[in-house]
Amino acid sequence: MATAKFETPKLKPYPVIPMVAEGAMAHSKPFVAPTKIQEAIGFPGELSEGWERRAIDKMGELLGKYRSLRVYMDACVHCGACSDKCHYYLGTGDPKNMPVARQDLMRGVYRRYFTFAGKHFPKLVGAVDMSKDVLDQWWSYYNQCSECRRCSVFCPYGIDTAEVTMAAREIMDAVGLGQKYANEIIGKVHRIGNNLGIPGPALEDTLLGLEEDTKAETGLDVRFPLDVKGAEVLLITPSADFFSEPHVESLIGYAKVFHAAGISWTLSAKASEAGNFGLFIGNYEQMRKIALRIREAALELGVKRIVVGECGHAWRVAYSFWNTLVGIGAGGRDPFAIELQNQLDGRVRQPMHICEFTHDLIRRGALKFDKERNDDRIVTFHDSCNVARASRMGDLPGGQFAIPREIIRAVANRFHEMAPGTTHEATFCCGGGGGLLTDDLLELRVKGALPRMEALKNVVDQHGVNFMATICAICKAQFSKVLPMYGFDMSMVGGVHQLVSKAIRLGEIH
Amino acid sequence: MALGVFFAVVLYAAAALCVAGLVLKIREYARTPAPLLIPTTPAPTTRGGAALRVAREVVFFESLFKGSRWTWLFGWLFHASLLLVLLRHVRYFQEPVWAPIVFVQFFGTYAGLTMVAGLAGLWARRFLVDRVRYISTPSDHLHLALLIAIGLSGLAMRFVSHTDIVAVKAYTLGLLRLDVQPLPADPLLLVHLSLVALLMVVFPISKLLHAPGLFFSPTRYQVDNPREARHLSHWASVLDGRK
Repeated sequence: MATAKFETPKLKPYPVIPMVAEGAMAHSKPFVAPTKIQEAIGFPGELSEGWERRAIDKMGELLGKYRSLRVYMDACVHCGACSDKCHYYLGTGDPKNMPVARQDLMRGVYRRYFTFAGKHFPKLVGAVDMSKDVLDQWWSYYNQCSECRRCSVFCPYGIDTAEVTMAAREIMDAVGLGQKYANEIIGKVHRIGNNLGIPGPALEDTLLGLEEDTKAETGLDVRFPLDVKGAEVLLITPSADFFSEPHVESLIGYAKVFHAAGISWTLSAKASEAGNFGLFIGNYEQMRKIALRIREAALELGVKRIVVGECGHAWRVAYSFWNTLVGIGAGGRDPFAIELQNQLDGRVRQPMHICEFTHDLIRRGALKFDKERNDDRIVTFHDSCNVARASRMGDLPGGQFAIPREIIRAVANRFHEMAPGTTHEATFCCGGGGGLLTDDLLELRVKGALPRMEALKNVVDQHGVNFMATICAICKAQFSKVLPMYGFDMSMVGGVHQLVSKAIRLGEIH
Repeated sequence: MALGVFFAVVLYAAAALCVAGLVLKIREYARTPAPLLIPTTPAPTTRGGAALRVAREVVFFESLFKGSRWTWLFGWLFHASLLLVLLRHVRYFQEPVWAPIVFVQFFGTYAGLTMVAGLAGLWARRFLVDRVRYISTPSDHLHLALLIAIGLSGLAMRFVSHTDIVAVKAYTLGLLRLDVQPLPADPLLLVHLSLVALLMVVFPISKLLHAPGLFFSPTRYQVDNPREARHLSHWASVLDGRK
């Protein structure tokens, strides 16, 4: 590992906004994707002569394609409402991690080439030429944004830095500067079917192993079906659920819920990944292509419902974008959408989050729990940013907060909220979202987790909380890594369906 | 009379640039597609709800209130005061003056003071809060200086050295009829009018575009209904392979 040594920040008993520390994170940069990885997903292999012009042209193209970017480049007044909202600023003090300053890295270039004031009075309005120096800053700081949208909650104009970060990454990819971690994963999902690169046979093997484990635990034949045509439900879940701890505990939880409800379901080898890193790099075509695998799997398997497992950004893409991208949803009037929408059961929400699925069953009384089996756990809930600020569950705004909590309260007796201002729509990112969950950015990830760690510390001290439930594969992986650095046990983090799995009553134990 | 003609040309030109610039910008915003649904959630699930959300942002600065109490206080004070001040100025363009405009005169007078107070508070933040100091550009300071200078020159005419208000009104009414009248050669008035002209010119090419921009911000105006309706922009629909 090439990462330099750094200090894990000290946890303070109450949040303190750091003083500006210029350049504190200027050294943070992810690995650059080698030519092979770039070309495999249709980007230029490397930065080459004339890239400046091509970058400006790409910016012009995006300004014409995205109203968000167009408006957000103009609307900012530098009021500073966002300046203390980013977890990376709070954790590092680097002023370029203030959302406004991060946006300004692009705004300066935008002004220079696309506005009257910037063309004629560049100094006055902070307009700058596209140069290698500017690109280096983009590379560093647009890879220090987890696209969590916390800033957009507080901006008086709703400016969403995620939109700007995505555009910047899209421009950098278009001139041959790609991020290794994200782009390698996108290549894998196309080549193999999932982000971890687990081939079909290995997946089948893993699922058989899980069936054996679950049989040993419960004495029952709880199935983990793969590629079963005619199943009622197609489950699309992050591939981390197959191999990683604690993720797999939630997968076992989903299987038990399907078993208890008597609803047939299947996974798909072809679409064995809910994650969609096309979102992180801001590339519509990639995002669409990755989502198409799920449409195709649903058509081939003839399922009636599509349910999505515990994954934050995947749920954003599924809930907010699938209908647009590939017609998974309802209300389509064009042949492309109708082909699938006629097959899917129109009486239930499509796609549906696994929490909505379980919650509906609980409400109908179809599931029974022995809550005391979770009594060794004092639980809190970490809202994942993409679920909280970029999606919904259920029929009412805010269902994405209520439904997972209602499930937790149905399966566990001891639950405590973290402080207001650190949960719900104001939740803090885990520090590893948005395509930053890579060891070359470990310092950033550790420091960015600070606000969440402080909020967690408070409920640990006050209520003895020993389990932080969450519904995001990235949050789970990130916390497993950073919790020990802050002096917590790494097994403190787990899924909501991990709790469900423990408490669910499946019938007689043999 | 030459002074009146000169200012008439300046004010007509400034107003024309302001209106034309805004029309072009708003057309650009309106014509740029928003291919994906990206409302910051929790978001309203109906069009009416989303319109109400934007209205709350426009009237109360709801998000800013959540974000920064001091900025909200000064910002809202400034904008609300500005509205009253502008309404008060409507009397210069009407004869007879509408009853509501007559009613607002008293409030508009003192709103001039609170407007400058709000601006001063916003400016103070640019020096006192280290984060806001870091992000402030020369243009940010000049915008505040311009607005404060307009406010102070206006207040000076009201509270310190009265200008010939009857002649001013004859002049502004004349502008509406394209019939230029003599303009009093009061330095305060000339400064006030010049700066207003400058503000109008700057409006469509500066951060003052936050005003129209708010109405075109997808995170605020979009309806949260992606599962119920297929949201498709033209360039994205082409990818479906149907066109």
